[in-house]
Amino acid sequence: MAGMAGAPGPTPPTEGGGEARPAWDNKLQYLLSCVGFAVGLGNLWRFPYLCQMYGGGAFLIPYVIALAFEGIPLFHIELAIGQRLRRGSIRVWTAISPSLGGVGLGCFTVSFLASLYYNMVLTWVLWYLLNSFQHPLPWSACPPDLNRTGLVQECQGSSPVSYFWYRRTLNVSADISDSGPVQWRLLLCLAASWAVVYLCVIRGIETTGKAIYFTALFPYLVLTVFLIRGLTLPGAMEGLTYLFTPDMRVLQNPRVWLDAATQIFFSLSLAFGGHIAFASYNQPRNNCRRDAVSVALVNSMTSLYASIAVFSVLGFKAASDHGQCLDRNILRLINAFDLPEQSISRDDYAAALARLNVSQPARVAGLPLEACRLEDFLDKSASGPGLAFIVFAEAVLHMPAAPAWAVLFFGMLYSLGLSSMFGNMESMTTPLLDLGVMPRRVPKEALTGLVCLLCFLTSSCFTLRSGSYWLEIFDQYAVALNLILLAFFEVVGVVYVYGMKRLCDDIAWMTGRRPGFYWRVTWKVVSPLLLLTIFVAYVALLASSLPGYKAWNPQYEQFPSRQGKPYPSWVLAACVLLSFLPTLWVPVVALGQLLARCREKTRNPPQDGGPKPRGSRAC
Amino acid sequence: MAQLLKQAPAAPHPKSRNRVGKYAWDTNEEYLFKAMVAFSMRKVPNRETTEISHVLLCNVTQRVSFWFVVTDPSRNHTLPAVEVQSAIRMNRNRINNAFFLNDQTLEFLRIPSTLAPLTDPSVPIWIIIFGVIFCIVLVATMLLILSGIRQHRRKNKGPSEMEDTEDKCENVITIENGIPCDPLDMKGGHINDAFVTEDERLTPL
Repeated sequence: MAGMAGAPGPTPPTEGGGEARPAWDNKLQYLLSCVGFAVGLGNLWRFPYLCQMYGGGAFLIPYVIALAFEGIPLFHIELAIGQRLRRGSIRVWTAISPSLGGVGLGCFTVSFLASLYYNMVLTWVLWYLLNSFQHPLPWSACPPDLNRTGLVQECQGSSPVSYFWYRRTLNVSADISDSGPVQWRLLLCLAASWAVVYLCVIRGIETTGKAIYFTALFPYLVLTVFLIRGLTLPGAMEGLTYLFTPDMRVLQNPRVWLDAATQIFFSLSLAFGGHIAFASYNQPRNNCRRDAVSVALVNSMTSLYASIAVFSVLGFKAASDHGQCLDRNILRLINAFDLPEQSISRDDYAAALARLNVSQPARVAGLPLEACRLEDFLDKSASGPGLAFIVFAEAVLHMPAAPAWAVLFFGMLYSLGLSSMFGNMESMTTPLLDLGVMPRRVPKEALTGLVCLLCFLTSSCFTLRSGSYWLEIFDQYAVALNLILLAFFEVVGVVYVYGMKRLCDDIAWMTGRRPGFYWRVTWKVVSPLLLLTIFVAYVALLASSLPGYKAWNPQYEQFPSRQGKPYPSWVLAACVLLSFLPTLWVPVVALGQLLARCREKTRNPPQDGGPKPRGSRAC
Repeated sequence: MAQLLKQAPAAPHPKSRNRVGKYAWDTNEEYLFKAMVAFSMRKVPNRETTEISHVLLCNVTQRVSFWFVVTDPSRNHTLPAVEVQSAIRMNRNRINNAFFLNDQTLEFLRIPSTLAPLTDPSVPIWIIIFGVIFCIVLVATMLLILSGIRQHRRKNKGPSEMEDTEDKCENVITIENGIPCDPLDMKGGHINDAFVTEDERLTPL
């Protein structure tokens, strides 16, 4: 034991060229960066939706189990190898084994694809943010049509909020094959969005470390403000009880477990390579286990906190819509029966209706009364962009001083997304810097500028009229499947190729304590199995229904419902390509390494009695 | 929703509905209404002689809705509906204001309101804010790039200055294992401190 303190640890790899590796200014920057990367838009608009769909409080059970057996172990591995090997996501894997270089390349490709569409979502948020600085808000009322005798037909048929989203923002086409021209407004906002990203990542962690103080903490401030405001609004309590009332029967549905596992996985932003990049700038002796557990817990707490805030506001919206529904019915009754104004209040409505039904049932039956049930309005759940840009945008309209709330809300969304973009960009620039793609004298600013420019030009395809359909494809196919597979290869690569013993030794040197039984079991058995199961289940789910999308078609008979359409064959081909291309790096690189080694062996056969090179059994 | 009695008796009745929570609706308010309708009719060419007495109200109900009709000066027949409708449309705003109501609270059947045009400012607000943000971002980026270039130049100048002084001392920096040998040479003349001197190796007798 006495020798431990003085024993030299594993030699860290030397930096090339004598330049020190950049380091975090302090531990807080590193933690905030990890938290900011993990906490993103999904915490706000995916988790509350899942909670609501899957029986409220009951959903927390599979969620916590997935966190404990999949999320935290995988996260710990990423932080550990990044910190130990002090390399970005490509060199880290070649350091473990040259054949595993494909994992790093796969992560790099997935990060590239993800940053393309993620910044497009931020562009939408920026557009809404820019439009929030006016009163009344542009999505509060339908614009009049050309003769000014009525409102625009498409708006009247749906709602002002939907019209603003689908027409004034996206100008969406009715079919994915109809690409339409580039929307210049969105292109401008996209350029601004990438300019902001470039400004923040221009010098790597030196600049993101400063920016993260604001972008990681501002959302918590706004969430608290919304929470306090939301809880004081009428109807908030109904929303919250509806959300959190547990329905234990949902646990029998396997879909719940799948969604919980995938939610944890994507929520922590695993397998992008961003956490590896962040950890590589750490001091070698840093307690990465504690970091992993604390960041994962903060991420989950944030999801819960956000869902409370979101659902108190949504409960208020449902109550408000319910009240308006009642008011419309009351007006119909008053008009039909010539009753005095304000003779029926909202509370009296049911009694008054019953009275009129008894006295004049025929007339009452002839009236176009809507069925106004609060549960129906609470059921109108939405996830993803629909939650932010339609449901929440409408909820904000009902609040007094609506523009201020809109600015706060979209500002919060923007910071949430921006801090996740930092992680995405780091997972791209760190490997490029480590690989030495650019000559030494080219400054880092030029490299990041080039990467941002390339991403901006590529992602401008999302500003086409069919852009939002393509974004859904990228979200579902390009990222999801590949991340699961890459995470599987990550765990297997570290545990079985790098070696469990070596990993435990390294972690013991870095944190001062060997990983216990829980860690070893989850790394060796539970997490790989879970990942494989999730992958198979996910593929089965995608394959079970013909891939299609919901189009916004004003000519559709059931407008404003969205029209379900299947993907054309060329789009399906693109989906398949996106699903597997990033992961293809893994077998390609492994094969390449194998061939290179075989060729080397045949060129220089080993001397007699000499040690056989590792892994050359196949030749 | 005021409709006008058409000539044919089977036509639907005209109606006007007010939501007048602010004041009580009595015969004086009815008089004002008749006056406003007469005023609107007098603005129509050929109808300048319309009097208040030509406007008739009937079927006034509690929630304040009623039918009304405008007769011609001879009181023989009512004026065509279209004419009255267009007259009221022209002066809708004045009628609303007389009663502190608006298009939603004072409804005339079969007279659609002309919607107000959207007050579009000449430059949409979002472009202004976009311009401000974009300019700030551009300026900040320029500053960062310039400071980066300056730092780079300073770093490049630094090692070259050291090389000048070394040329003066006629010492060449050798680097072994990442450590410049320079500090070893500069200390204490030419004595190589890495080696222990004879005196210290042997214990004193």
